[in-house]
Amino acid sequence: MLARDDQDSLKRTPLHGLHLSLGGKMVPFAGYDMPVQYPAGVLKEHLQTRSSAGLFDVSHMGQLALRPKSGRVEDAARALERLVPQDIVAIAPGRQRYAQFTNENGGILDDLMVANFGDHLFLVVNAACKDADEAHLRANLAGDCIIDSLEDRALVALQGPKAESVLAKLCAEAPSMKFMDAGPHKVAGFDCFVSRSGYTGEDGFEISVPAADAERLAKTLLENPDVMPIGLGARDSLRLEAGLCLYGHDIDTESTPVEAALEWSVQKSRRSGGARAGGFPGAEKILAHFDNGASRRRVGLLAQGRAPVREGALLFATSAGGEPIGKVTSGGFGPSLNAPVAMGYVPTASSALGTQIFAEVRGQRLALTVAAMPFVKNTYKR
Amino acid sequence: MTTTLYTSDHEWLAIDGDVATVGITDYAQSQLGDVVFVELPKVGRALKKAEAAAVVESVKAASDVYAPVTGEVLEVNDALTAEPALVNSDAQSKAWFFKIRIADKGELGGLMDEAAYKAHTA
Repeated sequence: MLARDDQDSLKRTPLHGLHLSLGGKMVPFAGYDMPVQYPAGVLKEHLQTRSSAGLFDVSHMGQLALRPKSGRVEDAARALERLVPQDIVAIAPGRQRYAQFTNENGGILDDLMVANFGDHLFLVVNAACKDADEAHLRANLAGDCIIDSLEDRALVALQGPKAESVLAKLCAEAPSMKFMDAGPHKVAGFDCFVSRSGYTGEDGFEISVPAADAERLAKTLLENPDVMPIGLGARDSLRLEAGLCLYGHDIDTESTPVEAALEWSVQKSRRSGGARAGGFPGAEKILAHFDNGASRRRVGLLAQGRAPVREGALLFATSAGGEPIGKVTSGGFGPSLNAPVAMGYVPTASSALGTQIFAEVRGQRLALTVAAMPFVKNTYKR
Repeated sequence: MTTTLYTSDHEWLAIDGDVATVGITDYAQSQLGDVVFVELPKVGRALKKAEAAAVVESVKAASDVYAPVTGEVLEVNDALTAEPALVNSDAQSKAWFFKIRIADKGELGGLMDEAAYKAHTA
């Protein structure tokens, strides 16, 4: 158990009081006191999000504005391209893109969302990395941009097949938004930034709202009978089924975007031969991985039995003996699949779909098959 | 006539003569959340007190179930393998894990009765 001092030092989101009133079971996460589940439990919360709609508090994540000193958003985009291997210049106003901050070794410092809001860029970064990310931005982009940490904003995600119909009642523009559209909109009269995106594999929205209005917005959304509050437990099982990386687990400073099977997120313009090839930290290594391949790769893993294979389990090529060939980086039970799901790193030679490998769990080798991700088909509205 | 005792690790034991039926408490299942997988010991296995005897996994995490006493596994509840959610719905009756022949009744002395267990989880 945590000592009282530790509990007191945990930060709270603007929705902390609401979580308590909803019966949330609170746990420390990335320095915040967060709900891991509500009374419905992880299983029901997971299935609710896949069948109807779930509301997640993700206010612990960092929200930042990059405002170009020149007044031209493309200058902020060019500046940010010095830190990420993505094409930021090509993000049209009102659009959002997935990106990674890389380090000099080609590893990933954090993954993030970047939206073009017309006159500035809006960034959402991971809670555990947000202080380091902000310092990184200040150290590298302060000449070109004013870096605004938007501490006075909360962030909620509304996810699931009914997210659109729920949000349509509060935000007239919501139904016409497509996957990865992003911009300022009024939601229930509050000044929000809305993007059609999420971390569940479902259609849905992420809504940045002034901290002072967050509880009223969340309560308004929860008044709709199609919506239930969802904790971090189901957030993790949903993103795992969707094949999405959790920073610090599936990606970290030791993995390049190519090893992490995130090639799709690096546009051609930043790769060898592209108009703005390289020019980001670790470009030499990352581009070499693009050109020549990497020696290991993140893959999806399905178990042949019922036992969940969890983070840290060692992977082997054979059912007995031999040295480990890799490690599980995320694993658990997928409620929608009704089966164990995992992801981990294996040698590229063992990364082809259908390859059989083994995980060591409690001294036994369990058979796994390298499988396509997402494990559960995503339902993004493209 | 059976007596039910409890461990500080949240197992219950229903004792009938020299046989104990072992499961996890309702408090334990409520802390674990939705159970999705149970691994039971092999019948005939000789367990030492406090040894990991079974595994219960929720969506979130795996937990060991410890042998509350030393003895031989006489029977396991295969219904749990087929329907792990029984642990949530009926932890202290239908969702028993295994039966063990108690090697040394002296080991029961360190266990709690219901009132003591209630105080332990309060």
